Amino acid sequence: MTTDPLSDEPAIPNTKGRATPDSSRRRKHRRSPLKRGHNLFGWIFVSPALAILIIFLVIPIILALYISFTNWSGITSPFASAVHFVGLQNYKTIITEPGLGQTNFGTAVRNNFYYVLFVVPLQTALALWLAILVNNKFLKGKSFFRTAFYFPSVTSSIAITTVFIFLFSGAGAVNRVLGLFGITGPNWLYDQNGIITSILASLGLHSAPSWTNFQILGLSLWDWFSGPSLGMCVIIILAIWTTSGTFMLFFLAALQNISEEAEEASEIDGATPWQRFRYVTLPMLRPIVLLVATLGFIGTWQVFDQSFLTGPNNPTMVTPAFLAYQVSFSNFAFGEGAAIAFTLFGLIVVLTLLQRKFVKEDLTK
Amino acid sequence: MINRYRSMRLRVVAYAMLVAFALLYLAPFALQIANSFKSDGDASVNGLSLVPHPAKLSAWDQILGISNNGVTDFPRWLFNSALVATLITISSVFLASLAGYALARLEFRGRRLVFGLVIATLAVPGVVLLIPRFLMLKQLGLFNTYPGMILPICVSATGIFMMRQFFLQVPVALEEAARIDGAGVFTTWWRVVLPVVRPGLITLTILSFQGAWNEFAFFQVAVISPKYFTLTTGLANIVGGGLSAGNQYPLKLGASLLTTIPIAVLFFVFQRYLVRGRLEGSLKQ
Repeated sequence: MTTDPLSDEPAIPNTKGRATPDSSRRRKHRRSPLKRGHNLFGWIFVSPALAILIIFLVIPIILALYISFTNWSGITSPFASAVHFVGLQNYKTIITEPGLGQTNFGTAVRNNFYYVLFVVPLQTALALWLAILVNNKFLKGKSFFRTAFYFPSVTSSIAITTVFIFLFSGAGAVNRVLGLFGITGPNWLYDQNGIITSILASLGLHSAPSWTNFQILGLSLWDWFSGPSLGMCVIIILAIWTTSGTFMLFFLAALQNISEEAEEASEIDGATPWQRFRYVTLPMLRPIVLLVATLGFIGTWQVFDQSFLTGPNNPTMVTPAFLAYQVSFSNFAFGEGAAIAFTLFGLIVVLTLLQRKFVKEDLTK
Repeated sequence: MINRYRSMRLRVVAYAMLVAFALLYLAPFALQIANSFKSDGDASVNGLSLVPHPAKLSAWDQILGISNNGVTDFPRWLFNSALVATLITISSVFLASLAGYALARLEFRGRRLVFGLVIATLAVPGVVLLIPRFLMLKQLGLFNTYPGMILPICVSATGIFMMRQFFLQVPVALEEAARIDGAGVFTTWWRVVLPVVRPGLITLTILSFQGAWNEFAFFQVAVISPKYFTLTTGLANIVGGGLSAGNQYPLKLGASLLTTIPIAVLFFVFQRYLVRGRLEGSLKQ
């Protein structure tokens, strides 16, 4: 694993001490007839891809950043005279000013927060668990099980979410199974009560105590601590089910690199399987656990497809990514939508940087 | 003796767990297939049954275009998915292997800068790009057109990065021999280096096709007319409400099955490359 992508360039013989980078490069080119044409062809080779990335990625991001400071409605040109520069207004609307914009954004962040909180640890643990099961050296039919666990993650998220909407419908398969045990299943996808709120209610705590009236992002503490709704739980189960197969592969690759000697040595020392796992395998898997968890932290803040299908019927299933879309394309408030998207972007960038830092630190240990 | 008995018991437990998990992972697909052959009412009420009662082909008649309700047009959406995914795959493999080669092997001025840009764009999440890309398509007059669906995602930073990694593994001596024999840069790339990275090309082809076929969010903002819908956007607009009429579970499940089949076939044929690509793409960063 290369930690610094810039460091693994092909070694260039450099006999003389470098003067300026420019002059040494020119000399190098003159010296090596094998590298003739590198400058010209280098640019010819990268130009098409570079042009696409600049036109459809770099410039649009800059444009959208500008839009997030305007009141553009998406209908006219963003440079038309009717479009006004409004400064930080869009960011204030979603973050600091009490109102619908702030409450919606706060709710979406809350929804996604619980999604992340449940999905990341559970998918990591399940992926590791599946990898250990499949990695068993006495196992027959290994590839069948590996295929079965990995398959859901290659399918379209729209297709698979459609299947889950069906499975969790009022009289769907899941509620039928629950019925076999005498349980009347809920109307999963339309249920908006947080599971923590529901548990508290069953314990007799029906209304919010006054100290929870304190508001953050337009939601009271009581609302923040409500937990995910049953609807959100369906999406959480779906995410764990689809992504654990991918991460299982990561763990499988890592498990195959752990030397059998280390395992056998501990076996001879009389360690139980659990001790072997706890004190030999798990410490060696630590970097991969970290990688999977942090990849999970970044991916889980980008839920869009699942929310697109279910969010319109249930506000507790709207995520910030989908809210940005909804505010822009349904309410035609593109400035506000862009502000949501950039706030989300900022969050993901911070998480990515943290990931790079942690993973790198862990690898150099 | 005791030890053997214990390992035997362990193995039985391990197998039981594996089978239970496999059932959990495959059951949704079995139910999806079975329920697409049911009547609307049967699917809504007996969702757990694997036997359609009565067996109906009405959903499939609509999906295959034999009967038409005037709202859905699955044959066209299937065609759009195939067309768009194929063109995106061809161009992204071609452009990424050009750029990846330059970044791995050609010493041109500004290479570090270009590579830095590619690495930076790797970190930009797709969902953040929805509004920016819509904006750009509008500005360029490409909104609601095929080129507008294809151009913005016809090459990816991930693909460029992956190809670069593959090219870096090719021994330099191979290219030098070709150059000494008088081959130009382009010929060396096309005739000598590309054939060597064939497994990498196949991996990127599979991943690009899978990505383009499953793409939803970007197409949802790139077009508005149903005639440009792909299977994912078409299905999403039926399930999400835009084109909805009642439960219609067999239709939705059949359509989701149709969306899954090509990827499933690809998956079973090229599983080895897919698995490898997933790891290459994420572990080597």
